[in-house]
Amino acid sequence: MSSRLLACLAAMLVSWPAPAQENLTPNGIADERAGAYAFRNANIHQPDAGMLSGGTLLIREGRIVEISEADEIPNGYFAIDLEGKFIYPGLIDIYTDYGVPELEREEDVNGGAENLVPDDRARNVNDAIRADFRAAAAFAPDEEARQSYRERGFTTVLSLRPDGIARGTSALITLGDERAAEAIVVADAAAHYSLDKGTSIQAMPTSLMGSFALLRQTFMDAEWFGAQEPRPFTDATLEAWNGTRDLPQIMEVDNWQEALTVDGMGDDFGVQYVLKTAGDSYRRVEEIAATGAGLIVPLDFPEAPEVADPLDAEEVSFEALKHWELAPFNPRLLAEQGIDFSLTGAGAGDDFWPNLRKAVSNGLPAETAIAALTTVPAETLGVSDLVGRLAPGALANFLVTSGELLDEDTVLLESWIQGNRYVINPGRQENAGRYELALDGQTRVLEIAFDGADPEATLDPDGDSSSANIKLVDDLITLDFAWDDDGNRIRLTGWSDAGGWRGNALTPAGESLSWQLSRVGDAAGEEAADEAAAVAELPSPVLYPFSAYGRTELPRARDFVVRGATVWTNEDEGTLVTDVLVRDGLIEAVGDGLDAGGAAEIDGSGKHLTPGIIDEHSHIALFNINETQTNSSMVEMNDVVDSENINIYRNAAGGVTAAQLLHGSANPIGGQSAIVKMRWGEPARGLLIEDAAPFIKFALGENVKRSTNPASVRFPQTRMGVEQVFVNAFSQAREYGRAWDEYNDLSASQQRQTPPPRRDLVHEAMLDVLNGDLYVTSHSYVQSEINMLMHVAEQFDFNINTFTHILEGYKVADKMAQHGAGGSTFSDWWGYKWEVRYAIPYNAALMQQAGVVVAINSDDAEMARRLNQEAAKAVKYGNVSEVDALKMVTLNPAMLMHLDDRMGSIRAGKDADLVLWSDHPLSVYAVAETTWIEGAPFYDREEDMALREAIAAERARIIASITNRGDRGE
Amino acid sequence: MRNLTQTICSLILLAAAFAANAVVPTPAPPQGEPIALVGAIIHVGDGTVIGDGVITFDEGVITAVGSTADGIDTGGHLVIDVQGSHIYPGLVLPNTTLGLLEIGNIRATNDVVEEGDINASVRSAIAYNTDSELIPATRFNGILTAQVTPEGGMISGLSSIFMLDAWNWEDAALRLDDGQHMHWPGFKRNRRNPDTGRFERVDNDDYAAQVEVLHALFRDAVSYTGEPLNLNLAAMQGLFDGSGKLFLHADGAREIISGVRFARSYGVRNIVLVGGAEALQVKDLLLAESIPVIYERIHALPGMEWHDVDAPFKMPFLLQEAGLEVGIGGGDTALNRQRNLPFYAGTAAAYGFDREAALGLITLSNARILGVDDRVGSLEPGKDATLFISIGDALDMRTSQVLGAYIQGRDIDLFGTQQELYERFREKYSNRVE
Repeated sequence: MSSRLLACLAAMLVSWPAPAQENLTPNGIADERAGAYAFRNANIHQPDAGMLSGGTLLIREGRIVEISEADEIPNGYFAIDLEGKFIYPGLIDIYTDYGVPELEREEDVNGGAENLVPDDRARNVNDAIRADFRAAAAFAPDEEARQSYRERGFTTVLSLRPDGIARGTSALITLGDERAAEAIVVADAAAHYSLDKGTSIQAMPTSLMGSFALLRQTFMDAEWFGAQEPRPFTDATLEAWNGTRDLPQIMEVDNWQEALTVDGMGDDFGVQYVLKTAGDSYRRVEEIAATGAGLIVPLDFPEAPEVADPLDAEEVSFEALKHWELAPFNPRLLAEQGIDFSLTGAGAGDDFWPNLRKAVSNGLPAETAIAALTTVPAETLGVSDLVGRLAPGALANFLVTSGELLDEDTVLLESWIQGNRYVINPGRQENAGRYELALDGQTRVLEIAFDGADPEATLDPDGDSSSANIKLVDDLITLDFAWDDDGNRIRLTGWSDAGGWRGNALTPAGESLSWQLSRVGDAAGEEAADEAAAVAELPSPVLYPFSAYGRTELPRARDFVVRGATVWTNEDEGTLVTDVLVRDGLIEAVGDGLDAGGAAEIDGSGKHLTPGIIDEHSHIALFNINETQTNSSMVEMNDVVDSENINIYRNAAGGVTAAQLLHGSANPIGGQSAIVKMRWGEPARGLLIEDAAPFIKFALGENVKRSTNPASVRFPQTRMGVEQVFVNAFSQAREYGRAWDEYNDLSASQQRQTPPPRRDLVHEAMLDVLNGDLYVTSHSYVQSEINMLMHVAEQFDFNINTFTHILEGYKVADKMAQHGAGGSTFSDWWGYKWEVRYAIPYNAALMQQAGVVVAINSDDAEMARRLNQEAAKAVKYGNVSEVDALKMVTLNPAMLMHLDDRMGSIRAGKDADLVLWSDHPLSVYAVAETTWIEGAPFYDREEDMALREAIAAERARIIASITNRGDRGE
Repeated sequence: MRNLTQTICSLILLAAAFAANAVVPTPAPPQGEPIALVGAIIHVGDGTVIGDGVITFDEGVITAVGSTADGIDTGGHLVIDVQGSHIYPGLVLPNTTLGLLEIGNIRATNDVVEEGDINASVRSAIAYNTDSELIPATRFNGILTAQVTPEGGMISGLSSIFMLDAWNWEDAALRLDDGQHMHWPGFKRNRRNPDTGRFERVDNDDYAAQVEVLHALFRDAVSYTGEPLNLNLAAMQGLFDGSGKLFLHADGAREIISGVRFARSYGVRNIVLVGGAEALQVKDLLLAESIPVIYERIHALPGMEWHDVDAPFKMPFLLQEAGLEVGIGGGDTALNRQRNLPFYAGTAAAYGFDREAALGLITLSNARILGVDDRVGSLEPGKDATLFISIGDALDMRTSQVLGAYIQGRDIDLFGTQQELYERFREKYSNRVE
């Protein structure tokens, strides 16, 4: 569809078309009707959330004509008396796939080979970009599904195909028996996106960061594409991407972290997404509120984890227990932040109503809940004039209920959709009460009550009460109950008659009798106290992060002095017993007898104080590690930092204060690093080190040539190809840079006549490398490839900053030193693949001997917490001095990461990233007692012990509340 | 009398001798004369320490252990002064694929897993490659004995216990076919969720069928008469007469319980639990059945996010505190990292044990659990002279410097390919101008 046509459609939204498909030729005679009805004496829910009592609602031709207090029925209207009943706007589910067929994932026919190219269609270069899909064009009414939606109170849904990263447009569809052409009231209601490529079998993107990068690149491609006349090629997807930018932009995310990241990305491109969230937003309501995004919030609360058997309970995470308890408070906590949100039944199924009521009893104001299913989704979609409110001109979509919508006992009676009635529940509840049954010359008492919509009958409630089977259909009644001593039953059938029923019965013996039921009053014990339920308190606080070892408040920077510890300064002073004073997050002074000026005193005697450990090569706290494309320089690990990952805390417990979170080694050119401190409890942005030098991951050797996948077809398959990947990438980047330079050199008037070059995130990253604005750390093993990469860099006039792993670095250490590359290596890993056969644990010592700046890294969440021990192995293998060995996990990685002006040694003015060890810091016996990051104790062993107890107690409490609940059979 | 300096010099001389080729060191010749190591701190392996110690051995067997004050006769011995250094029993590495696997991702070098669920008769012994390049690197840290173990399936076959210096597997054997290895099927298994791409735990739908395969095997093995010949059933017989051990590999609490109950129900006498990540949860059963544990997840992350951050570090201590016999094995770690066995014990010492008790985990306890404590595991007269000398505490990577090692009194060559490459490039860079 051309962008112009879509723009037209958008313009048409202002004047709603009449839904009737009048060009349809009927098979019969014309049957046009006004459908004019007047609903009298009802309590009518007003758009301002007030309630108009005893009002009249007029509808005609499927629209609301008027709502008034007057009980005047205009001529031509059929009056329907709704005495005691309520009318609410029909509910809207803003996130469904109603009537839109699913796509099926194609079979893998390549035997494990990468699918590198998209479908051969005139569409996007990535099959996950499906902006040209229109739910309206694929929609087919589904009788069963719409009835199910109606039974839950929905009259209108937004339908999309939840598949792909750009998912195209959704349609706003009413749920009556209209034909598709009439049911779709807005054909292109919103444009949809996600971070999940869905059924696309194209290899890229394989990762979350790849999804982000693809979205960014598509924004740029679409802008470039749309600016050219004629178009450079045909791409229906980019056309549609541009053509749907004015629609509401709805982005589905899997968790609150994605929500924050994708909102930030939207800001960069001038898009405010509406976020379809995952029900965990309560964990960071303030940050979510700060996005300013409207939300779509699911009501699918988690099922209780299996905890009955202690062995099962052992495998349930603390996070899962807390989530079970707090997720039903999600809507309330969002409401308390003043966040605009819609609720969706997506995922909740039959639990929609119980969960909605639970949310309300947990403190979600009822009016907010109603708005979240009526006015808010309508406003989100810009269709407030059409649905979501009872107001003149709107579609006659509404609910008739027996009471206030969210009351426990309220029954949905009817839904009206485009002026047509659909009975949800026949509403026999008015028959509840106490009756006298005259039968066979006797009079007995029969009580009729309702469980929801289902009637229940009790015979002789005041004496030997027994139950009777009862069925009420229209004016008919069917009853049976035990009649003789053997329990044989008498069967009654009858019709309603003046406040009761009468009819005939057949005894077990087949004798025919007549009977009569006469209402004598209300059923006993029906007067349940209807006190306003007290708003439930949060059963426990939200923790930061939302995990075991989370805290209600983050550790704060403290002023303190550590006295008398053996201080490993990594400076000229060397290692000495002295004092270290910390103020405002910085090391203020190192020396004997410091005047602490009231700062907290910490006795360090017998202990060792070192700079925080810095891990040059880590993959902890990332949602994904690898993207697939040979040159994946466009992806950013910053997009996928998982601030809730327990390994952050565990690293801090091992004395690690900072780390480079790297892309994996699946490609010669990987993504850009996230460089973090272990500030456990901060969201991802708070973990990132401000102004850290940016890094990109390169990789060489077996991994990038996909050695373990014999089916792989991705270039390169040899080390020869790897070199060409680099030469090609940098050559192309140079060309790209030149093209932009030429464009930027044009005068303003020339620029107006010349379309700008296409922006390309891959080339831009490569250009940054060439310009020295993006440092390279390259995964590498054998000497040939190490040498090669240095030559490539020299050919393009830049430097390889760091070789990481670099297990054969010892063979070319002199060349590395000459090039100026650092080496960040394992202490003693080897032998796990061919290219590390000659990896030796003396590598660190030899590289250092040759003049290379050497770091020892982990590449492993577990080993990271013992990096001090890994450093010690440089003493064991190669006789590196202890001071130099410690530097290999502190100062040297800081130097390699260009952080040594702030970290890596204990010197006045540097960040107070410090570790107090129980023993010699290189010893296997040393335990980190406290790890400070900028003066804040992010790990403290004493606090840790208290947290362990608190976690155990909290687990016991939540597990008890789950198992107790089980006993009650709820 | 040789001294430390001479020993170090001999290492360097060896460097020159081997500079030309990268093959594993030549196996040491048999002990030629009685040897006395004098002046060291002797860590016996049973928890005791002897300061200023003397240890003598002849024809591969320890003849005396004591302190210099005990007046041990060293006449006629080659007396080596190892003043101030430490002597340890050779470390015992259970449950390893050493010698069966060279390069993890190259199938041709992998002889670890035979095809099929039941392979009771396969023997690691004959696949054990004495020329594996991993062996010199492993024994460089004092590991001198290893239980080489096949993996895979439910019944993986027979392990054997080897001395880590020999011309061939036959000469290397300390105990052939020491035990049968059973991997109890999991109640759950990992499955990759195609939607999220993440692995999740789901019920193992095949569990009952898998256990039934084991039942059938054990039923038939218990009643096996030899007719008709069945190699698998024949290989099981040692389990029932007590001559062989059953190494039950299981980590989950339920798997441990089921595996132990199963084996006992067929009259298996000697059961060793290998893995045992959740052994603490079923300690009462293990205690009642007197089943020792080879724990393998020390340098591992805690199993759950809410577990203590140091849970794996302290687990051996907690198991022992519960009354169980505990050793430390290698199977849960990559083969190339198992040379760190002494440091696993070091970690156990940092989290609960005293250092001698921690040493005992990888010496006497492991030897006892494997059933070779009559030969190795502690420094006692009559046992093999399988021991090593370290300048410092061998459990701490900061101080571990293994100077020499003897296997059955043979002075083995610690100078492997890694040391050779080190010397070669140290020499290359030694003229670097600062």
